[in-house]
Amino acid sequence: MIEFKDVDVIFGKRPERALALLDQGMSRSEILATTGLTAGVRNASLSVAKGEICVLMGLSGSGKSSLLRTANGLNPITRGEVLLETDQGMQNFLAFNEAEKRKIRMDRITMVFQKFALMPWLTVAQNVAFGLEQKGLERTQVRDRVMHQLELVGLSQWATKKPSELSGGMQQRVGLARALAMETDIILMDEPFSALDPLIRNQLQDELLRLQEQLNKTVVFVSHDLDEALKLGNHIAIMKDGEIVQHDTPENIVLNPADDYVRNFVAHTNPVEVVKAKALLTPLSELPTLNGEYCLSRRHDYWLKLGETPLNSRVRFGSAEHDLQNWSADSPIESLLKQPTLVHANTLMKTVMEIRYHTGHGVLVVDENKVVGYIGDKDIYHAMLGKLFEDE
Amino acid sequence: MDWITEYKIPVGDWAEDLIDGLIEHSGEFFDFIAMSLEFLIQGLIDTLSSLHPLAFIVLVAAFAVWRQRRVGTAIFCALSLLLIWNLGYWQQTIETLSLVLFATGSCVLIGVPVGIAAAHRPMLYRFLRPVLDLMQTIPTFVYLIPTLTLFGLGVVPGLISTIVFALAAPIRLTYLGISEVPTELLEAGKAFGCTNKNLLVKVEIPAAMSSIRAGVTQCIMLSLSMVVIAALVGADGLGKPVVRALNTVDIAMGFEAGLAIVLVAIMLDRLSKSRHQE
Repeated sequence: MIEFKDVDVIFGKRPERALALLDQGMSRSEILATTGLTAGVRNASLSVAKGEICVLMGLSGSGKSSLLRTANGLNPITRGEVLLETDQGMQNFLAFNEAEKRKIRMDRITMVFQKFALMPWLTVAQNVAFGLEQKGLERTQVRDRVMHQLELVGLSQWATKKPSELSGGMQQRVGLARALAMETDIILMDEPFSALDPLIRNQLQDELLRLQEQLNKTVVFVSHDLDEALKLGNHIAIMKDGEIVQHDTPENIVLNPADDYVRNFVAHTNPVEVVKAKALLTPLSELPTLNGEYCLSRRHDYWLKLGETPLNSRVRFGSAEHDLQNWSADSPIESLLKQPTLVHANTLMKTVMEIRYHTGHGVLVVDENKVVGYIGDKDIYHAMLGKLFEDE
Repeated sequence: MDWITEYKIPVGDWAEDLIDGLIEHSGEFFDFIAMSLEFLIQGLIDTLSSLHPLAFIVLVAAFAVWRQRRVGTAIFCALSLLLIWNLGYWQQTIETLSLVLFATGSCVLIGVPVGIAAAHRPMLYRFLRPVLDLMQTIPTFVYLIPTLTLFGLGVVPGLISTIVFALAAPIRLTYLGISEVPTELLEAGKAFGCTNKNLLVKVEIPAAMSSIRAGVTQCIMLSLSMVVIAALVGADGLGKPVVRALNTVDIAMGFEAGLAIVLVAIMLDRLSKSRHQE
């Protein structure tokens, strides 16, 4: 849907001067010292698939916003390509002339800004209509779309107010509505929630996920908050000094950080919402066996005997034998019986913990219709204490 | 140290030569400007004079109510104009108001586009800045001499001097307003498909509007102060009785004319500001 190919962004006069130095592998500060130019982004390649949220993550000055802005031409690309999916297939944004770039900005790609960037002299409705008027839509059409979008973000009653009369969270909802009104496939979001209180930020994140479920847009989202990135992203690209150091799924970022920089980032994250059962479990092959039974816990005299299917297996607790039960994503945890439970390998750690807490029994992990491992308290503590990351 | 004063650098002569040269080579051009300006300003004065004073007062009061949504200003304006009428300075006041309006209009027409251009082109502003400084610091009387020689006695040299003197304010404040438009608003405009022209009309000018308005208000007050001085070269208006009073040491006339000018100044100041600008 959108692909960045070897993108370099250099700020300053005659930026070509820095390219050779960049290729020699000079650091940012060295380039700044010798040429006075700032290397915003260097050699960044990234591909974002249709319908996914890709989060560009990094500290301030890591080049994430600079990279984002190349996608709609707010920042110039010094070298490299940005390919966008259009009706004529993938096309290089750089090759477009001004009029074509404008058309892309109105039909394909839109943006939400960190400081909202609402026009203070326009009302909420007029702000939402801003891009539509550029498109040259008819007045009634504009009004319908504006009212629809305001309804979607729950601000219908505020249509005639000025942005300054709204709270920060509401203002950003207007920003979101203004972008959604353009009905583009791609939305660029430049730290849209960073200026908001934690509580409101959380609300808007949930709202974005809810809207995304309905609308299925392709979103490139910039954030400096890893928890936000983990919550929203289908993929996360971590940037440092203008380079992408790791582009991966949230779980892999947490479990297999590419280097110390990423490891530092993830060291303080809460794994509960990210790590899945398959990373948490102790594999059956590592469990000791006795008389054809796997020993789940020797201290508690807790044993597993495999059956033909996972559900036919039995767990023995001292002399008491237990049937197994299946848990699937759509059934409530409260309805589970007090007996061992089978969960799928992709179940979130949080869910596993809830099942463990509710049933009072261990959790067995199933993948491809086979029991592959066991999650006991020790495995959960292990992950909670961040030891999963240390093993790597 | 006599050698310092022995040879005088002919700065003044140079200026004189320049003006003389201009008259010699493009005298007709300046005559044409003088004639057309005279025609326009006289037309404006005649139009405003043709209104009955009462009708004019009602119009001003109505404008004040519409502009400020407050009756106080309207009452003040009406009483001031009635007093001026009573004192016998009606015609001069109309002339002064016409000159101020005309000068301000010209300043806005020239100043706002120049200010916008300067904000978009840093090089232009670097060149413009010393010129603007010069325009604002040269004593106002000095303007009158070259314009007098170029355009002859009458209302036109006063008007030209006024425009030159008051032009700097709208240029500067437009420049300031446009160059202080927040980057994110410009980016938002661009990201939502504005052309350069739309960016100017829909984002930059509205965002800079309060600054531009302040420039216009300043321009009006500067014009008024200059229009009075312009009476020295024969411009009509409230400056004339002041100059006459000065020459004949007529305290009564000086006071009356001065009072009329102060009232006009306060009215213009109030009327040029909308309510939320205060």
